[in-house]
Parts: sequence; C-alpha cells; structure tokens
Amino acid sequence: MKKFDKDRLLLAAAGPALALVSAFVLTMIVLAASGVDPIDPLRIMIEQAGYEDIQVLIVNQAGIYFLAALAVAIGFRMNLFNIGVDGQYRLAAMLSAVVGAAVSLPGPLHVLLIVAVAMLTGAFWAGIAGVLKARRGVSEVVSTIMLNAIATSLIAWLILPKNFGVQPAGSNDLTTGDIPESGWFPAVSLPGGDIYGFTFVAFALGVVYWFVLNRTRFGFDLRASGASESAAQASGVEPKKMIMTSMLISGAVAGLTGMPLLLGESHTYNLSFPLGIGFTGITVALLGRNNPVGIFFSALLIAFIDKASAGLDTAGYAKEIGTIMQGLIVIAVVVSYELVRRYGIRRQQQKVGEELAAGHAIKTEKEVAA
Amino acid sequence: MSVASAALALSATACGGKKSSDSSSSSSSEKSAAIAYDIGGRGDQSFNDAAYAGLEKAEKDLKIKGAEAEPTEGESEADKVQRLTELARKGNNPVIGVGFAYAPAIKKVAEKFPKTTFGLIDDTSVTGPNIANLVFNEEQGSYLAGVAAAKASKTGTVGFIGGVEVPLIKKFEAGFTQGVKDTNPNAKVLSAYLTQPPDFTGFAKPDLGKAAAKGQLDGGADVVYAAAGLAGSGAIEATANAGKWAVGVDSDQYNQAGLAKYKDKILTSVTKDVQSAVYNLIKSVQDGTPQTGEVRYGLDKNGVGLADSNPEYKKMAEVIAAVEKAKADIIAKKITVKTAP
Repeated sequence: MKKFDKDRLLLAAAGPALALVSAFVLTMIVLAASGVDPIDPLRIMIEQAGYEDIQVLIVNQAGIYFLAALAVAIGFRMNLFNIGVDGQYRLAAMLSAVVGAAVSLPGPLHVLLIVAVAMLTGAFWAGIAGVLKARRGVSEVVSTIMLNAIATSLIAWLILPKNFGVQPAGSNDLTTGDIPESGWFPAVSLPGGDIYGFTFVAFALGVVYWFVLNRTRFGFDLRASGASESAAQASGVEPKKMIMTSMLISGAVAGLTGMPLLLGESHTYNLSFPLGIGFTGITVALLGRNNPVGIFFSALLIAFIDKASAGLDTAGYAKEIGTIMQGLIVIAVVVSYELVRRYGIRRQQQKVGEELAAGHAIKTEKEVAA
Repeated sequence: MSVASAALALSATACGGKKSSDSSSSSSSEKSAAIAYDIGGRGDQSFNDAAYAGLEKAEKDLKIKGAEAEPTEGESEADKVQRLTELARKGNNPVIGVGFAYAPAIKKVAEKFPKTTFGLIDDTSVTGPNIANLVFNEEQGSYLAGVAAAKASKTGTVGFIGGVEVPLIKKFEAGFTQGVKDTNPNAKVLSAYLTQPPDFTGFAKPDLGKAAAKGQLDGGADVVYAAAGLAGSGAIEATANAGKWAVGVDSDQYNQAGLAKYKDKILTSVTKDVQSAVYNLIKSVQDGTPQTGEVRYGLDKNGVGLADSNPEYKKMAEVIAAVEKAKADIIAKKITVKTAP
C-alpha cells in the first residue's frame, strides 16, 4: 500500500515538473529564435525576485491568484468548468465596495459585512449558471462565459454617476466612493511593503478546502460526482443538488478574489480595478492539479513570473517574455499531464500483468510440486 | 516545479533587505526624466506615443536621458506605486504618469519623494506641491470638430465613435455634439462606444472601430469622428473606403504614416498636444522652475485644436470661417463647452 502511494506521488509531481522544465526550455528556444539572449532575461527575473519589495508584490499577487484558483478548483473537482470566476469576482468587488462605502460600522463588523456581500454576490452570479445547468442542462462553460460579458456591462452601468458611481472632482476615473477606515483589513508591514492581511485568510481557506474535500461527507459526495455522476447517483447523491451547491461555493470563493485588493489597497472599486484574474486562476488551478498545496506553489510561480518580468522593461527586454512563459506553461501542463496519465495507466497495466503472470507462475510451480 | 518554488523560497529568505531600486542608483551627473505609460504602452499611435514624442524631444533638445516603463495587463495599484517608486528612486526627475489611472499611485509616491516633480496627465483630483496636473480641454477641440462636421455634412447626420465609455471620452462626445447642434440644430449625431470599462480593448482593436463606423455610415452619417485611440484607425479606414469624411483624434492623423492610404478622406483631426505638455514639464524641471498644480492646455494655448493639413479642408472657406469664429468665441468665453453629455 505504501509503495503504491509513493508511486502516485512521484507521478503527481512528474506532471508539473515535466511541464515547467519544457516550458522554460521552450521559452529559451523562443528567445533564441527571435534573436534575444535566452539566458539573461531569466537571470534578471530571478534577480528581481531577490528584492524584498518585489517579494511583497509576489506574495500579495499569489494570495489573489490562490483565491481565484481555489474557486476554479472547486468546480473542477465536480467536473464543472467555472470560467465565470472573472465576472463573479469583479461584480462581487464592485457591489461590496458600494456597500462598504455606504455604511459605517465598528472595525471587524464592517470588514465582515463587505466580505459577506462579496461572497453572496459571487455565489449569486455563479448560481445563475448553476440553475441553468441543473434545470435546463445548459453547459456551464457557455453560460459562465456569457455571464462574464453581462457582468462587465452591468458593472459599467452600475458605476455610472447616476447610479452608484462617484466621479471625484478633477478626475477622469469613476469609483464607488471610499470605504471608511473601519472597513480596511489590517496589513502586515514589512520593510519591502505591506502584505495584505487578507492574503493570510486566502491561504487559510486552502486548509478549509482540503478539509472539506477530504474529510467530510460533502467532500466525498463532490469528488464522487466528479469521478462518475452515475455511480454517485447510484449511491444516493443527488446530482442536481451537487451542481447547485458546488457552483454556489465556487462563486462565493470567487467573490473573495477581489478582497485582498479592496480591503488592503484601493478601498474603492474604480476603472483600473484589475480584470482577468479569473482566467489566470484557471491556469493556476490546472498547474496545481486542484490540490491546495499545488495551487499555493503554482500561484507563487505565476505571481513570480508576473512581477519579476515587469523589471525586464528597464533592462531593455520586452516584459512580454513573461506572458510567453505563462502561455507555454499552460500548453506544457496540458500535454505533460496527459503524457504522465497515459504512462501511469500503462505502468499500472504492466504491473497488474506482471503480478498476474507471477501469481500464475507460482501456482504452476505449486501444481508441479504437488 | 518544487525546485522552482524552493529556489524562490530560498531567494526570498536569503536576499532580504534589498530593494529593486537599490540596484542601480542614480548617477547624479546625468539628468534623466521618466514616463510611466498607460495601458497600451508605446506604439498605440495615440496618447502614449504622444507622451513618448515629448520625451524624445526633451532627450534631443535638453540632452537628458529618458526612461520608460509600461504597465502589465490586470495589474493593481500596488504595481503602479512600485513602478513610480522605482523610477523616482533611480533619480529621474520629473516622473510622469500618463493617464488618470496613475492618480492614486502618484498621491502615495509624491509624498515620499518631495524633491522629485511628478507629472500626472488627465487628472486634477490629486494635488501636491510637487505634482503637476497636465490637463486638456478636449471638449473645446471636439466642439470645433463638431462645427466642421456639421458644415461639411450633406446628409445632416454625423457620427461619433468613442473607444471606451469613460468620463474622459464623454468629454469628447459632449463637445462634438454641442458643436454640431450649435451649428445645425436639425443635425443628427449618431453616437457609439466600442467597449465598456474595464474592457479597454475599445482603444486598441481597429476591427471594432471599423464595424461601428460601418453601422453609422449605413445610418446615413457622412462625417465620422472617432475618439478611440488605435481602434479609431479602423473607423477611418471604413469611412474613407465609403468615400465619406473621417475626423481623427489626438495627433494630426492626416500625417500619420499608417493611415497614408486614407489621408485624402481625413477631413481634420482634433489634436491634443500631450507631446508639448510632457516636454514643457521636463524643461521646467531642467530650468529649475518646476511646474506645479494645474497646467491646463486649452484652445487659447493651442493645447487642443483642429488640424488643417488636408488641402481639401483648406479649400472649404465656409467651414474654416465657422471654425475660426467658434474658436474665437470659446477663447473669449462667449461659448462655454460642456464636459459631459
């Protein structure tokens, strides 16, 4: 039993390792092919990561990616592809910013309210796709993509000054007004900058995710439904209910994605609030194999590429090298996981075959002896 | 992967106490100025390129060194703070943030570098003793475009295409519409925006501009004004191909190499002299009298205006007379142009 586990662990690590090595090699080939020194940009990026202010940026960004990836992973475990994390977190951040700016409560309550509104909004937006899937069989891939576009338009309308938006005097920006200080989440101050307090909440959620998935009845049902819907149904799991629940939870976690920034940095939702984190979350979840530890490290890696590549600009290289690297990682991940999976199956078959053959041999020997 | 993360963790613990900007400290003998670009960066044929042109001119005329930095997609305020801090700590003066998105970041960084002048384009919401707010009366230039469009139109229908529906672009729409209506009260203005924020591709994708322009041409418009950055070139292409008048934006698009094929149908362009604004700020710092507070560029200082490079436009005496009159009236404050539709 123990040996089998070690094998599985090795195989699980082989996928990401193979993907990363081939992605880095491919990046160097791309660089060399376009006439750029293939080593120097990578050296600069690693050097960048040595600076403490860049490290703070990396950790903060990793926390944000971690939340988005967790939301995606919850869906993945249930065989649901929630591409709508992007729309869910933006709408959640926007509405919770509106509520946060409108009320004034004592410290922790204020933050809790903002977080609750964000989770509810995210859950609601994902829930629409859940209902469509459970009731009408609409593919969640299609509906969540469309809901992303609808969220964009809805936010653009809601943030107009005639609705919830505020245009500060002399500014060309639109905001949702400033959240009073009671609604800020305390940060951990380091010499290199502030690490958003919510980053730690994010990583703690990873533990909760692991516990719920592996140590509760619900987690078992979820994984069972993901592995085989009909088998799960046969053992008494109601698939429609599972679709709804996992979509709602995925959306609620997605709603938290904007919180580190909203509670720790901008304290308002404005036109330059980042978008696209939901899509990066898919990359991170894939790379991390939906496992909280894996997601943690892949969030760090992608955040590292993001922040370290920004410094390439001043060194005379195109910072898009980072984007190329991320794209290659995605491709490499998909290919290498499939390769490793096939290799695993073949190996297993081989082993079973060997064991059977060996068993047969023993049996024959015995027969002969008798 | 575990190797990479281990290496990352190792470097995180091993090299504490160093900041990215410590690496190459400023060589005090060489003077330098820096620009932090808006989304799109250099090569957008518009806003960012105009800022770069200002820096380039300063490099040549004032013998300074220029530094540039571009944003990454999906970045947050912290990244902008980081970028400006790095530029300031390397000894660049002034440090110019192109676009209103830099306002919150400049507020934070300017306090930390009281001896550095910070330029902020398109925003006056953030002020300080070492902040120069470089702003433009885009609505005034657009008003003149409206006057010209109404005069040049035969169908009485003109089109406005905005890149992204943000307050800044609404200023263009407001001025244009007012200019059209003041000139011909019966004229119709078709108005369209390519994308909604935070989707800023409406400033970047020419195919969106092309489609929107086609729609307005089908609707009877025979003059189309696009304030949409790079996406506007698509609108110009569609309009020129239909044999109708296009109105360009930001720089004199008649003279733009990329649009040479369509230049005969580019009636005029609403110019926004970001180049001079950037150059003037750098020069003021070099002269030891750095600009501070609001520096407004309107029609009176030719900060905004209407280009007249197209010979066809120069032949339209009636149009030019109306535009000149409107210009004089705005400068004399007889006409006040609205900044929101």
